Amino acid sequence: MAHAYTPGLRVSPRTTLRKVRRLPLTGEVKVSVGDQVKAADIVARTELPGAVTPYNIVNTLGVVAEDAPHVMVKEIGEKVEADEVIAESSSFFGLFTSRAKAPVSGTLESVSEVTGQVIIRQPPTPLELKAYVDGKVVEVLEEEGVIVETHGAFIQGIFGIGGETNAEIVMAVDNPSETLDETKITSEMAGKAIVGGNMVTISGIKKAIDVGVKGIIVGGINDTDIKELLGYEIGVAITGSEDIEVTIVVTEGFGEIAMAERTFELLKQNVGNQASINGATQIRAGVIRPEVIVPMDVESDQKAVSEVVAGAMETGTKIRVIREPYFGKIGTVTDLPPKLEPLPTEAHVRILRAQLEDGEEVVLPRANVEIIEEA
Amino acid sequence: MSIPEDIQVILATDCGSTTTKAILIEKTGDEYRLKVRGEAPTTVEAPFEDVTVGVLNAVTEVEELSGRKILKDGQIQTPSDGKTGVDIYISTSSAGGGLQMMVSGVVKTMTAESAERAALGAGAIVMDVIASNDGRLPHERIERIRHLRPDMILLSGGIDGGTVKHVVELAELIEAAKPKPRLGASYNLPVIYAGNVEAREKVQERLEDVTDLQVVKNLRPTLEQENLGPAREKIHDLFMEHVMAQAPGYKKLMDMTDAPIMPTPGAVGLLIQTIAEEEEIDVVGVDIGGATTDVFSVFEGTFNRTVSANLGMSYSIANVLAETGLENIVRWVPFSIDPTSLRNRIVNKMIRPTTIPQTLKELKLEQAIAREALRLAFEQHKSFATTLKGVQRARDISDTFDQSMAGETLVNLASLDLIVGSGGVLSHAPRRQQAMLMMIDAFLPEGVTELAVDSIFMMPQLGVLSTLHKQAATQVFHKDCLIHLGTCVAPVGSLKKPKEVMKVDLSLSNGDSIIETLSLGDLLLTPLSYDETATGTITPLNGFDLGNGKNDAVDVELRGGVVGLVFDARGRRPFNLPDSPEAKISALNRWYDQMNMYSSEEE
Repeated sequence: MAHAYTPGLRVSPRTTLRKVRRLPLTGEVKVSVGDQVKAADIVARTELPGAVTPYNIVNTLGVVAEDAPHVMVKEIGEKVEADEVIAESSSFFGLFTSRAKAPVSGTLESVSEVTGQVIIRQPPTPLELKAYVDGKVVEVLEEEGVIVETHGAFIQGIFGIGGETNAEIVMAVDNPSETLDETKITSEMAGKAIVGGNMVTISGIKKAIDVGVKGIIVGGINDTDIKELLGYEIGVAITGSEDIEVTIVVTEGFGEIAMAERTFELLKQNVGNQASINGATQIRAGVIRPEVIVPMDVESDQKAVSEVVAGAMETGTKIRVIREPYFGKIGTVTDLPPKLEPLPTEAHVRILRAQLEDGEEVVLPRANVEIIEEA
Repeated sequence: MSIPEDIQVILATDCGSTTTKAILIEKTGDEYRLKVRGEAPTTVEAPFEDVTVGVLNAVTEVEELSGRKILKDGQIQTPSDGKTGVDIYISTSSAGGGLQMMVSGVVKTMTAESAERAALGAGAIVMDVIASNDGRLPHERIERIRHLRPDMILLSGGIDGGTVKHVVELAELIEAAKPKPRLGASYNLPVIYAGNVEAREKVQERLEDVTDLQVVKNLRPTLEQENLGPAREKIHDLFMEHVMAQAPGYKKLMDMTDAPIMPTPGAVGLLIQTIAEEEEIDVVGVDIGGATTDVFSVFEGTFNRTVSANLGMSYSIANVLAETGLENIVRWVPFSIDPTSLRNRIVNKMIRPTTIPQTLKELKLEQAIAREALRLAFEQHKSFATTLKGVQRARDISDTFDQSMAGETLVNLASLDLIVGSGGVLSHAPRRQQAMLMMIDAFLPEGVTELAVDSIFMMPQLGVLSTLHKQAATQVFHKDCLIHLGTCVAPVGSLKKPKEVMKVDLSLSNGDSIIETLSLGDLLLTPLSYDETATGTITPLNGFDLGNGKNDAVDVELRGGVVGLVFDARGRRPFNLPDSPEAKISALNRWYDQMNMYSSEEE
């Protein structure tokens, strides 16, 4: 078998993407098929059921649970305000009265004669779903959301933190091997998405947050810095809901790794454009990668939707090594021997031979390379 | 289900989240043996969205490799007509994330723990345990139930005749949360009630309308007794009816199989139990995957299973680091390494989970991390596999000096007979010695213990088979599934200064002999194959104990394996590594050399 299947991360100057925008619960879709939407437009909304607050009135009133339904002064289904009396009981021929007050505002949902528990449901919270990218609504998912189609540049990262945001792209370094530290960040970068090179330092991230940067796109990051930033270790790669004020998209991996030239150049070409950025990463079944999308106004351009096609690996394919000892290096496949061959570890695996950019000829396990997707 | 004893051809598949594996077993003479194994990508997700496509692909590979015609008109032909088809077809499944459950009970260490045991034993991942005394406020528990969206909930609580109020309170929380199932919004969430019989009616009032409530016998009818069977069976039924039936193509698959489809870990657990029963031994089984690590054990006939959902070698590798700390990983690394670089290497494996170590250094690092993942998973297992907590024990004068209490761990390393390891990092270690020492270092077996690895992970299929045909399952398990690594001999004890720990005097069945004296810190490997034995005496010295008491000799008959006999004089309780980094690195290299673990080629 001369082919191998190793999809890489996509980096494309011009592609058509479809983003599924789905509510967590059913709700109302606010747009129709064919509508042009802006990233900040609301496409669907719903109401998240209010939080539920249980309150045991037995202890407060000094009654037995069986009596709970009989001491209520509010009925099930009735609205109650916080601190409003919901139940009361009298003792000593009405001489003493104990009252139970609602701990929160909401609707009285149930009263239990077994446990004496009263359940109050707080008002629902509205949830509005934005389009996230500029584009056209191509499909409405009944009561659930929409699919928005957009044309533009698309960069997939390998790992990210922080959720969806929209910002204008600004270069913070001159070349992909330059480190993004605090000296490169200025107050003009407030509200922008800044591009770094081989790594962003912890002081760089802190400065970025201070000045109000919305997004950082960079080649590498140290794991220790993420721990310092978040205050905890990232145990499993399921991110996107971190409580930080900046979204970070890492394009290459952990450590100091120059951003791929093509990625850097593409970002540079898009300086001044608005980008939709998401750090959400999930590396389990149903992979989600962080992304940078730069929508372009190409309404007249009716190019067909380009599907994600994983390239077949052949002699001449450009690859990137994704593990030590050649981690981050770029090369060209020179041979794909069909038989298993031994590694220095003595494991027998499928390998390939490649020439790295510096001319070195190397042997690599096929599992340790990814194809650089051509645009 | 019962099947004829004289079946000749068995086909079994396991539908994993990424790969569907098929095995073909045939009776040759008096013996059932594995004929071939085939695999194909699992097809639960788009574009196929039908699990049977992957099954038929894997079976096609089996056909090609074995030369036996199994499919007829695109279906598995059962029963066999002698030349074509198979006599039975069975399957397990963990596709779609397996079975995810939430359990609840009144007292965390009693009914809630029994409920957790029932769910784990049935092959579930337990997402959370809600208990009346779990320290959370009621609204926090409701939020949790709403947020998690389990496949089903097991509600227990109260021994029969015990508390009603607390049980109903839990039912009220579930009612208020109005939980939605993870897959499909068209049906009500299955809730199994297995608590106090006297609370049944009240629980029904609360939950019958808002959930698909199923009532079974109390899983903890008295404090002294657990009755997990009915709840486990109900979990399996509902897994089939609800969870599996929601997954694409499973209705078709259910029609194809001759026995109910079982959750993969549930089937592995059954097999481990069968082996322990048949051979009357204590067994520990471990399956270390990319995301999770499962540990199974049978001690004194009691079965336990735990899932460490966030300990694994790829997706969860960074969590191993988070839980154990960098120092604990570094202590197994036989060279010095910059901590920042090590951390970055670990998280890079998490984000590129399919990469493999190319250099010896990378392999050594990965195996260092595996030791900690295995150790942590085993620690979690030990603290969970206990005698029942909350049991009042009548004490007499003979118990006065007996410190054992209810709730102590059942895991007894001294009585442990066999450790079976499986999962990529163990099964695919380039040298079997590596798998053997990783398990010895992680589990620290005491006395005499045999070790084995499951070469191609066919324990799930053999597990289902054991419910239909025990003989076939155990024969294939021993002859084709297990690779016997050998036996570890490790006396228990510790010393402040290096002194002699044991004297070995053994005759081998090939006529050779082993006469050696080992001192503290020594590790000795003697190659001996599986069909050979070593008999004689081992004498622990200087206060060490090999099971007969301190310094008392033990007569042994040891079985070899592809690695052989490992005499481990590094001490136990505690097992210590040298304090200084230089001394530690030198000790590790000495042991690894002695075990002939790695190629000596310099990198």
